[in-house]
Amino acid sequence: MINLSTIIEKLELNVLTEPKDFSQTQVKDGYTSDLLSCVMAGAPNASVWVTLQAHNNIIAVASLLDLAAVIITEGATPDQATIDKANDEGITLLQTDKNSFSTVGQLWELGIRAEK
Amino acid sequence: MAVNNSQRNRIISDQEAENISRLEELAYEIKVSEVMTSKLISFSPDTKMKEVLEVFRQKRISGAPIVSSQGDLIGLISMEDLIRCLTDSDLNAKIDKYMTTKLITILPTDPVIEASKKFVSTNFGRLPIIDKDQRLVGMITKGDINRGLLRALETDYQEEEIRKYRASHLFEDIESDRSSLILRYQIQQDDFEDGGRASSNIKRALIRLGASKQIARRCGIAIYEAEMNLIIHTTEGGVLRVEIEPHQITIDAYDYGPGIKDIDLAMKPGYSTASDAIREMGFGAGMGLINISRCVDQMKLESIWGKGSRLKMRLFLDSEYNKDRLENQTS
Repeated sequence: MINLSTIIEKLELNVLTEPKDFSQTQVKDGYTSDLLSCVMAGAPNASVWVTLQAHNNIIAVASLLDLAAVIITEGATPDQATIDKANDEGITLLQTDKNSFSTVGQLWELGIRAEK
Repeated sequence: MAVNNSQRNRIISDQEAENISRLEELAYEIKVSEVMTSKLISFSPDTKMKEVLEVFRQKRISGAPIVSSQGDLIGLISMEDLIRCLTDSDLNAKIDKYMTTKLITILPTDPVIEASKKFVSTNFGRLPIIDKDQRLVGMITKGDINRGLLRALETDYQEEEIRKYRASHLFEDIESDRSSLILRYQIQQDDFEDGGRASSNIKRALIRLGASKQIARRCGIAIYEAEMNLIIHTTEGGVLRVEIEPHQITIDAYDYGPGIKDIDLAMKPGYSTASDAIREMGFGAGMGLINISRCVDQMKLESIWGKGSRLKMRLFLDSEYNKDRLENQTS
């Protein structure tokens, strides 16, 4: 298993929410989709979710599924209210300029897999 | 951590106030008198330094106050003073030759944070505590503060545990032929801003009531989908009603329009009537009702076009076995 701190470092992600000790958060699985219902059905517990959605409903999804973090791709930027909500719920929001495909590729190379 | 004065004096913003830890809060709440040592080893002004050495060694202390016969504080003697005396080979000297008389004192009613600040600003290892009548009532060290704060944190933790215990034993504590807890949430149409708030709150309530993570997650997903359906598709919003009983959770989502034209079609994976704008936000995948049926043990959808819809869901808490049995029956 790999920790979130390594993922942030290797993928050069921007941390949008309050910094935490990310090395304590272990990540095993990943999931990607921009359709919230699919995420609801498919994202495993404590996984990272890669999406280009940046509106505030992603926080509810991440919180209900107890996700380790959300990686927002293609430089999409959530508004301040969304970031505040994420901080309230203890959700980590990360951001990259890369697209979802290359982000998932990098995660796979680090050993993150889809749940079996 | 070094904090300069201009930083220390500025007004704390709301954002910063939220980030102040429980430990910092406690440092303001707890009084010096609650953590200080009041059983004191003290010396009289004519004690010889060699006696001080003996007492320090035997009692394993590193400092003590010097008190007059009237009980007034005259000075402090510390290990550092004793080392100076040893360097001078002057153990026969009286204590008043080596004691510190420059005294920084603190009141027993002061909050612990005041003592911390004085430790930082003076570099002293211990502070005498003087009451309003200038009498010595105790001593405080950094160690006393740490121990006091840890004790208080532990009490906090125990109280939280008790609260959790009480919530999770709610149903056992109340006697009736059938007890249930009902939660109601009014959901506004088009209110994407608050989308997922009700389901998050319900999930949190279930965890507090002692539900397993599995059950809380299944409930959370089912209720989220029902909640988003009310926000996306209704003309006048609707209501989420959750009834929690020791053996089951019953969820009712109902609205007053527009209703569903063809329920069989609505139940088909991938079918959705959501607008393009809503699809752009990632909704309208046509998977909502499918997700719900996967998460709950029983589900019933009724609708009259032009009137409204009612979605009833039920989860059994007794065992996971129930879910398997029901799935086998319906398939």
